[in-house]
Amino acid sequence: MSKLIATASQTIGPYWSLIEHPEWADLLRAGGPNDGYAKGERISLTGQVTDGDGAICPDAVVELWQADPAGDYEAGFQGYGRSRCDAEGRFHFTTVKPGAVKGRGNATQAPHVTLSIFARGLMNHVSTRLYFSGEPLNETDPVLAQVPAERRGTLIARPTAPGVWSLDIRLQGEGETVFLEV
Amino acid sequence: MSDPVGYLPVAPGSQAPLNSPGYGSTHKRHPKQAAIRIAPTLTESVAPRMLERDYPAFADMSVHEGRQAQGERIIVGGRVLDENGRPVPHCMIEIWQACSTGRYHHPLDTHDAPMDPNFKGEGRVFTDENGAYQFVSIKPGAYPWRNHKNAWRPNHIHYSLFGAGFAQRLVTQMYFPGDPLLPLDPVFNAVADAGARDRLVCGLDMDIGREEWALGYRFDFVLRGRDATPTENPS
Ligand SMILES: [Fe+3]
Repeated sequence: MSKLIATASQTIGPYWSLIEHPEWADLLRAGGPNDGYAKGERISLTGQVTDGDGAICPDAVVELWQADPAGDYEAGFQGYGRSRCDAEGRFHFTTVKPGAVKGRGNATQAPHVTLSIFARGLMNHVSTRLYFSGEPLNETDPVLAQVPAERRGTLIARPTAPGVWSLDIRLQGEGETVFLEV
Repeated sequence: MSDPVGYLPVAPGSQAPLNSPGYGSTHKRHPKQAAIRIAPTLTESVAPRMLERDYPAFADMSVHEGRQAQGERIIVGGRVLDENGRPVPHCMIEIWQACSTGRYHHPLDTHDAPMDPNFKGEGRVFTDENGAYQFVSIKPGAYPWRNHKNAWRPNHIHYSLFGAGFAQRLVTQMYFPGDPLLPLDPVFNAVADAGARDRLVCGLDMDIGREEWALGYRFDFVLRGRDATPTENPS
């Protein structure tokens, strides 16, 4: 079969927020695909996106993709959200805590959320995962196991208030976030 | 259930490197460490299914609140396929662009060109069963962007696409044939392979245009494909 070649990615640029719908950062919003969803633990996810100088990236946008509290995708819960970064470079999501997800083979993956970052200056988006500190399954998660131990912390969110988890994204330099690709 | 099939490797030169020195904003924003390649799990093999019920389509950007935008009306159409040539049906495409004078309907855009009050520059369409899409808009103008001396972006339309799998997510820009700014543009030229750059340029298509109303342009998107043919009838 003759193969086509995937279209080149181009930066999202500074004006992507023409298509912004701020309410998409709340996965449980009234009138949205998960309106009335009552299962699981409601949580907030936040973090600051910074560049190689440690400067904030207030024009960046973060997309979230996650399973439902039972670890399933698209089974009555749409695990998609999009949050712009605010004037402090922070994204904010309201969602439910995902469950453990089936891994390859017989593996089980620890609860996690995929985050993709788009910004002016990024010719393609970069993706990472957010895990929750204190989850016993983190010890055996096959993806975390692929990340060198000294950098694994860049994927582990910490609780900063009840129900609030925080994970900063460092695009470049000291403490650079581990990005993942398939 | 068997493990998810992986994606075809990225063809050399077909994607711009995150470190693209001609484009100044990449200097402090590209990761210095290589991404870690993982085998796709369920997480990477599925993607949000956007339904028009939740994400309403608006396919005519040339009219805003009943008033016609200024400039050259265009119809853009084509198909969304994967690398194996299969159509991607029900794919949500988000569209945004500058107006005919090269001005974005955006508070951060300070370019000193008249803003068209009848052009907002936001659209959204879905592909049909055959992966086909179409929308109406206005040909966007070029605009200055301070990347280098007298830097102007060629005419372009921005797109965001959601495929059937997470790795198919695509944000890109479409350019117009014959634009003399293309050889000068660091964003376009960050893609090393000439063929891959050419595929970012739409083609004039008199079958897509409408007589005495709008010129038509064809633009096909290709999303990443799986590296093996999935078994149709698992035994
Ligand atoms: Fe632009």
